Amino acid sequence: MRVEQVYQEREQILPGFWQGVISGLPIAMGYIPLAISFGVLAVQAGIPMGASVLMSVMVYAGASQFMVINMILLGSLGAEIVVATFVLNFRHFIMSMSFLSKFSKLGNPWRIGLCLGLTDESFTMGCLTFDKPKAIGVERYLAGLMITAYSAWVGGTFIGGLLAFVIPPEIGMSMSIALYAMFIGLLVPAVKACWTTGVIALAAAIFSTALSYLVSAGWAIVLAAIFASFLGVFFDQGDQ
Amino acid sequence: MSLYLVILLMALVTITPRLAPVLIMDRVFLPSWTRKWLNSIPYAVLGALIFPGVLRIQEGNPGVGLLGALVAGVCAYLRLPMALVIGSSIVIVMMMRFTL
Repeated sequence: MRVEQVYQEREQILPGFWQGVISGLPIAMGYIPLAISFGVLAVQAGIPMGASVLMSVMVYAGASQFMVINMILLGSLGAEIVVATFVLNFRHFIMSMSFLSKFSKLGNPWRIGLCLGLTDESFTMGCLTFDKPKAIGVERYLAGLMITAYSAWVGGTFIGGLLAFVIPPEIGMSMSIALYAMFIGLLVPAVKACWTTGVIALAAAIFSTALSYLVSAGWAIVLAAIFASFLGVFFDQGDQ
Repeated sequence: MSLYLVILLMALVTITPRLAPVLIMDRVFLPSWTRKWLNSIPYAVLGALIFPGVLRIQEGNPGVGLLGALVAGVCAYLRLPMALVIGSSIVIVMMMRFTL
Protein backbone atom coordinates (compact mmCIF):
# COMPACT_ATOMS: atom_id res chain seq x y z
CA MET A 1 0.00 0.00 0.00
CA ARG A 2 2.68 2.39 1.08
CA VAL A 3 4.97 1.58 -1.80
CA GLU A 4 2.12 2.08 -4.20
CA GLN A 5 1.38 5.47 -2.75
CA VAL A 6 4.97 6.53 -3.07
CA TYR A 7 5.04 5.25 -6.62
CA GLN A 8 1.90 7.18 -7.51
CA GLU A 9 3.28 10.31 -6.00
CA ARG A 10 6.49 9.90 -7.91
CA GLU A 11 4.60 9.46 -11.14
CA GLN A 12 2.94 12.76 -10.47
CA ILE A 13 6.22 14.46 -9.75
CA LEU A 14 8.33 13.15 -12.62
CA PRO A 15 6.37 13.98 -15.77
CA GLY A 16 5.97 17.68 -14.98
CA PHE A 17 9.57 18.06 -13.96
CA TRP A 18 10.95 16.18 -16.95
CA GLN A 19 8.73 18.05 -19.36
CA GLY A 20 10.27 21.17 -17.94
CA VAL A 21 13.73 19.75 -18.48
CA ILE A 22 12.87 19.12 -22.13
CA SER A 23 11.57 22.68 -22.55
CA GLY A 24 14.76 23.90 -20.93
CA LEU A 25 17.05 22.13 -23.40
CA PRO A 26 16.90 24.82 -26.12
CA ILE A 27 17.86 27.39 -23.49
CA ALA A 28 20.70 25.15 -22.34
CA MET A 29 21.94 24.82 -25.92
CA GLY A 30 22.18 28.61 -26.10
CA TYR A 31 23.70 28.98 -22.64
CA ILE A 32 26.50 26.46 -23.00
CA PRO A 33 28.55 28.24 -25.72
CA LEU A 34 27.96 31.58 -23.99
CA ALA A 35 28.97 30.23 -20.60
CA ILE A 36 32.07 28.62 -22.09
CA SER A 37 33.03 31.96 -23.66
CA PHE A 38 32.45 33.61 -20.29
CA GLY A 39 34.66 31.06 -18.51
CA VAL A 40 37.49 31.40 -21.03
CA LEU A 41 37.38 35.21 -21.03
CA ALA A 42 37.08 35.51 -17.25
CA VAL A 43 40.02 33.23 -16.48
CA GLN A 44 42.18 34.77 -19.20
CA ALA A 45 41.29 38.24 -17.88
CA GLY A 46 42.85 37.17 -14.58
CA ILE A 47 39.75 36.22 -12.60
CA PRO A 48 40.49 32.96 -10.73
CA MET A 49 38.60 29.91 -11.96
CA GLY A 50 36.80 29.48 -8.62
CA ALA A 51 35.63 33.09 -8.64
CA SER A 52 34.38 32.79 -12.22
CA VAL A 53 32.28 29.74 -11.38
CA LEU A 54 31.15 31.36 -8.13
CA MET A 55 29.92 34.34 -10.13
CA SER A 56 27.83 32.07 -12.36
CA VAL A 57 26.48 30.26 -9.30
CA MET A 58 25.62 33.37 -7.30
CA VAL A 59 24.84 36.08 -9.85
CA TYR A 60 23.52 33.96 -12.74
CA ALA A 61 22.96 36.86 -15.12
CA GLY A 62 24.91 36.54 -18.35
CA ALA A 63 25.14 40.07 -19.67
CA SER A 64 26.21 41.52 -16.32
CA GLN A 65 28.88 38.84 -15.86
CA PHE A 66 30.39 39.67 -19.25
CA MET A 67 30.16 43.33 -18.31
CA VAL A 68 32.29 42.70 -15.22
CA ILE A 69 35.09 41.16 -17.29
CA ASN A 70 34.84 44.13 -19.59
CA MET A 71 35.06 46.62 -16.72
CA ILE A 72 37.94 44.75 -15.09
CA LEU A 73 39.82 44.83 -18.40
CA LEU A 74 39.10 48.56 -18.58
CA GLY A 75 40.67 48.86 -15.16
CA SER A 76 37.80 49.25 -12.72
CA LEU A 77 36.90 47.02 -9.80
CA GLY A 78 34.59 49.04 -7.63
CA ALA A 79 31.21 50.51 -6.88
CA GLU A 80 30.45 51.20 -10.55
CA ILE A 81 30.42 47.46 -11.28
CA VAL A 82 27.84 46.87 -8.57
CA VAL A 83 25.70 49.82 -9.64
CA ALA A 84 25.91 48.82 -13.31
CA THR A 85 24.88 45.27 -12.37
CA PHE A 86 21.93 46.62 -10.42
CA VAL A 87 20.80 48.83 -13.30
CA LEU A 88 21.26 46.08 -15.86
CA ASN A 89 19.48 43.40 -13.85
CA PHE A 90 16.66 45.49 -12.47
CA ARG A 91 14.55 44.30 -15.39
CA HIS A 92 14.14 41.04 -13.46
CA PHE A 93 11.92 43.00 -11.10
CA ILE A 94 9.39 43.49 -13.89
CA MET A 95 9.71 39.90 -15.06
CA SER A 96 9.27 38.62 -11.54
CA MET A 97 6.13 40.72 -11.06
CA SER A 98 4.58 39.55 -14.29
CA PHE A 99 5.65 35.97 -13.55
CA LEU A 100 4.09 35.97 -10.09
CA SER A 101 0.82 37.39 -11.34
CA LYS A 102 0.43 34.18 -13.33
CA PHE A 103 1.24 31.87 -10.42
CA SER A 104 -0.46 33.52 -7.50
CA LYS A 105 -1.69 30.24 -6.07
CA LEU A 106 1.75 28.82 -5.36
CA GLY A 107 3.15 28.88 -1.84
CA ASN A 108 6.04 31.15 -0.91
CA PRO A 109 8.82 28.51 -1.06
CA TRP A 110 7.91 27.75 -4.68
CA ARG A 111 7.55 31.43 -5.54
CA ILE A 112 10.95 32.23 -4.04
CA GLY A 113 12.63 29.28 -5.76
CA LEU A 114 11.16 30.03 -9.17
CA CYS A 115 11.86 33.76 -9.00
CA LEU A 116 15.51 33.05 -8.12
CA GLY A 117 15.81 31.15 -11.41
CA LEU A 118 14.44 33.99 -13.53
CA THR A 119 16.50 35.05 -16.53
CA ASP A 120 15.47 36.66 -19.82
CA GLU A 121 15.34 33.25 -21.44
CA SER A 122 13.70 31.19 -18.69
CA PHE A 123 11.09 33.91 -18.24
CA THR A 124 10.28 33.99 -21.93
CA MET A 125 10.20 30.23 -22.30
CA GLY A 126 8.23 29.82 -19.08
CA CYS A 127 5.62 32.36 -20.17
CA LEU A 128 5.35 30.88 -23.67
CA THR A 129 4.84 27.32 -22.53
CA PHE A 130 3.33 27.43 -19.08
CA ASP A 131 -0.21 26.75 -20.31
CA LYS A 132 0.76 23.32 -21.55
CA PRO A 133 1.61 21.46 -18.35
CA LYS A 134 -1.13 22.86 -16.11
CA ALA A 135 -2.52 19.41 -15.40
CA ILE A 136 0.78 18.00 -14.21
CA GLY A 137 1.93 20.74 -11.88
CA VAL A 138 3.16 23.98 -13.35
CA GLU A 139 5.61 24.57 -10.51
CA ARG A 140 7.46 21.29 -11.14
CA TYR A 141 7.48 22.00 -14.85
CA LEU A 142 9.05 25.40 -14.28
CA ALA A 143 11.50 23.98 -11.76
CA GLY A 144 12.69 21.47 -14.38
CA LEU A 145 13.06 24.21 -16.95
CA MET A 146 15.01 26.49 -14.63
CA ILE A 147 17.27 23.83 -13.17
CA THR A 148 18.22 22.76 -16.72
CA ALA A 149 19.09 26.32 -17.74
CA TYR A 150 20.98 26.99 -14.49
CA SER A 151 23.02 23.77 -14.74
CA ALA A 152 23.97 24.60 -18.32
CA TRP A 153 25.15 28.07 -17.28
CA VAL A 154 27.20 26.90 -14.30
CA GLY A 155 28.54 23.80 -16.07
CA GLY A 156 29.48 25.80 -19.16
CA THR A 157 31.38 28.31 -17.04
CA PHE A 158 33.36 25.47 -15.46
CA ILE A 159 34.22 23.97 -18.85
CA GLY A 160 35.21 27.39 -20.15
CA GLY A 161 37.42 27.97 -17.13
CA LEU A 162 39.23 24.71 -17.84
CA LEU A 163 39.54 25.51 -21.56
CA ALA A 164 41.12 28.84 -20.68
CA PHE A 165 44.32 27.00 -19.78
CA VAL A 166 44.38 25.20 -23.16
CA ILE A 167 43.23 27.90 -25.55
CA PRO A 168 46.07 30.26 -26.53
CA PRO A 169 45.50 33.81 -25.24
CA GLU A 170 45.62 35.09 -28.82
CA ILE A 171 42.45 33.13 -29.59
CA GLY A 172 41.02 33.91 -26.17
CA MET A 173 41.41 37.63 -26.94
CA SER A 174 39.42 37.16 -30.12
CA MET A 175 36.64 35.71 -27.98
CA SER A 176 36.16 39.07 -26.30
CA ILE A 177 34.03 39.93 -29.34
CA ALA A 178 31.66 37.17 -28.10
CA LEU A 179 30.33 39.55 -25.50
CA TYR A 180 29.47 42.21 -28.05
CA ALA A 181 28.12 39.64 -30.48
CA MET A 182 25.76 38.47 -27.74
CA PHE A 183 24.65 42.02 -26.97
CA ILE A 184 24.04 42.63 -30.67
CA GLY A 185 22.27 39.29 -30.96
CA LEU A 186 19.90 40.38 -28.19
CA LEU A 187 19.40 43.89 -29.48
CA VAL A 188 18.83 43.35 -33.22
CA PRO A 189 15.67 41.18 -32.93
CA ALA A 190 14.21 43.70 -30.46
CA VAL A 191 14.88 46.56 -32.89
CA LYS A 192 13.31 44.59 -35.72
CA ALA A 193 10.21 44.10 -33.60
CA CYS A 194 9.98 47.72 -32.49
CA TRP A 195 12.05 50.52 -34.03
CA THR A 196 11.83 52.79 -30.99
CA THR A 197 14.07 50.26 -29.21
CA GLY A 198 16.75 51.18 -31.73
CA VAL A 199 16.34 54.88 -30.96
CA ILE A 200 16.83 54.18 -27.24
CA ALA A 201 19.90 52.02 -27.86
CA LEU A 202 21.40 54.56 -30.28
CA ALA A 203 20.87 57.39 -27.79
CA ALA A 204 22.52 55.28 -25.09
CA ALA A 205 25.51 54.62 -27.37
CA ILE A 206 25.90 58.36 -28.07
CA PHE A 207 25.56 59.26 -24.37
CA SER A 208 28.06 56.62 -23.31
CA THR A 209 30.58 57.80 -25.91
CA ALA A 210 30.21 61.41 -24.77
CA LEU A 211 30.29 60.51 -21.07
CA SER A 212 33.37 58.31 -21.49
CA TYR A 213 35.37 61.53 -21.89
CA LEU A 214 34.09 62.81 -18.53
CA VAL A 215 33.88 59.77 -16.25
CA SER A 216 35.24 56.20 -16.16
CA ALA A 217 33.88 53.68 -18.67
CA GLY A 218 31.82 51.90 -16.00
CA TRP A 219 30.01 55.02 -14.84
CA ALA A 220 29.56 56.18 -18.44
CA ILE A 221 27.59 52.96 -19.14
CA VAL A 222 25.44 53.34 -16.01
CA LEU A 223 24.61 57.01 -16.58
CA ALA A 224 24.04 56.63 -20.32
CA ALA A 225 21.64 53.73 -19.72
CA ILE A 226 19.66 55.66 -17.12
CA PHE A 227 19.37 58.79 -19.28
CA ALA A 228 18.54 56.95 -22.50
CA SER A 229 16.00 54.61 -20.93
CA PHE A 230 13.89 57.63 -19.93
CA LEU A 231 13.30 58.17 -23.65
CA GLY A 232 11.25 54.98 -23.52
CA VAL A 233 8.64 56.77 -21.39
CA PHE A 234 7.76 58.95 -24.39
CA PHE A 235 7.41 56.10 -26.87
CA ASP A 236 4.41 53.90 -27.36
CA GLN A 237 5.67 50.37 -26.76
CA GLY A 238 2.48 48.51 -27.45
CA ASP A 239 1.29 45.97 -24.94
CA GLN A 240 4.19 44.89 -22.78
CA MET B 1 37.27 46.42 -3.45
CA SER B 2 38.15 42.75 -3.37
CA LEU B 3 36.90 40.57 -6.20
CA TYR B 4 34.89 38.34 -3.86
CA LEU B 5 33.19 41.32 -2.24
CA VAL B 6 32.25 42.55 -5.72
CA ILE B 7 30.76 39.13 -6.56
CA LEU B 8 28.81 39.09 -3.29
CA LEU B 9 27.41 42.57 -3.89
CA MET B 10 26.60 41.72 -7.51
CA ALA B 11 24.64 38.69 -6.31
CA LEU B 12 22.83 40.84 -3.76
CA VAL B 13 21.74 43.51 -6.24
CA THR B 14 20.72 40.86 -8.79
CA ILE B 15 18.75 38.63 -6.42
CA THR B 16 16.91 41.45 -4.66
CA PRO B 17 14.89 42.59 -7.72
CA ARG B 18 14.13 38.94 -8.52
CA LEU B 19 12.75 38.28 -5.04
CA ALA B 20 11.29 41.65 -4.01
CA PRO B 21 8.00 41.08 -5.89
CA VAL B 22 7.34 37.94 -3.81
CA LEU B 23 7.18 40.14 -0.74
CA ILE B 24 5.59 43.30 -2.08
CA MET B 25 3.53 42.02 -5.03
CA ASP B 26 0.16 42.51 -3.37
CA ARG B 27 0.94 46.00 -2.15
CA VAL B 28 2.42 47.87 -5.09
CA PHE B 29 1.01 49.08 -8.36
CA LEU B 30 3.45 50.61 -10.81
CA PRO B 31 2.19 53.51 -12.90
CA SER B 32 2.45 52.79 -16.60
CA TRP B 33 5.29 55.24 -17.23
CA THR B 34 7.57 53.37 -14.81
CA ARG B 35 6.82 50.14 -16.64
CA LYS B 36 7.82 51.78 -19.92
CA TRP B 37 10.97 53.10 -18.30
CA LEU B 38 11.93 49.74 -16.79
CA ASN B 39 11.17 47.94 -20.06
CA SER B 40 13.54 50.30 -21.88
CA ILE B 41 16.46 49.83 -19.51
CA PRO B 42 17.84 46.58 -21.00
CA TYR B 43 18.03 48.10 -24.50
CA ALA B 44 19.60 51.29 -23.22
CA VAL B 45 22.18 49.23 -21.32
CA LEU B 46 22.89 47.17 -24.44
CA GLY B 47 23.41 50.30 -26.54
CA ALA B 48 25.74 51.82 -23.95
CA LEU B 49 27.67 48.57 -23.56
CA ILE B 50 28.14 47.96 -27.28
CA PHE B 51 29.37 51.40 -28.20
CA PRO B 52 32.06 52.66 -27.71
CA GLY B 53 33.33 49.48 -25.98
CA VAL B 54 33.37 47.45 -29.18
CA LEU B 55 35.98 49.80 -30.65
CA ARG B 56 38.47 48.64 -28.01
CA ILE B 57 38.53 44.97 -29.05
CA GLN B 58 41.97 45.56 -30.43
CA GLU B 59 43.99 48.46 -29.09
CA GLY B 60 44.66 51.06 -31.77
CA ASN B 61 42.52 49.38 -34.40
CA PRO B 62 38.79 50.12 -33.92
CA GLY B 63 38.04 48.52 -37.30
CA VAL B 64 38.47 45.01 -35.88
CA GLY B 65 35.66 45.46 -33.36
CA LEU B 66 33.46 47.31 -35.85
CA LEU B 67 33.70 44.52 -38.42
CA GLY B 68 33.03 41.88 -35.77
CA ALA B 69 29.97 43.84 -34.66
CA LEU B 70 28.79 44.23 -38.24
CA VAL B 71 29.06 40.48 -38.87
CA ALA B 72 27.17 39.77 -35.63
CA GLY B 73 24.52 42.31 -36.64
CA VAL B 74 23.98 40.75 -40.06
CA CYS B 75 23.77 37.24 -38.56
CA ALA B 76 21.30 38.42 -35.93
CA TYR B 77 19.26 40.22 -38.60
CA LEU B 78 19.04 36.94 -40.53
CA ARG B 79 17.69 35.33 -37.35
CA LEU B 80 20.59 32.88 -37.09
CA PRO B 81 20.89 31.12 -33.72
CA MET B 82 22.89 32.92 -31.04
CA ALA B 83 25.73 30.36 -31.19
CA LEU B 84 26.26 31.21 -34.89
CA VAL B 85 26.02 34.96 -34.28
CA ILE B 86 28.78 34.66 -31.69
CA GLY B 87 30.81 32.05 -33.58
CA SER B 88 30.98 33.97 -36.85
CA SER B 89 32.04 37.21 -35.20
CA ILE B 90 34.79 35.36 -33.28
CA VAL B 91 36.06 33.83 -36.53
CA ILE B 92 36.13 37.22 -38.28
CA VAL B 93 37.99 38.88 -35.42
CA MET B 94 40.44 35.99 -35.24
CA MET B 95 41.10 36.22 -38.98
CA MET B 96 41.73 39.97 -38.74
CA ARG B 97 44.06 39.58 -35.77
CA PHE B 98 46.16 37.00 -37.57
CA THR B 99 46.29 38.75 -40.93
CA LEU B 100 46.82 42.35 -39.82
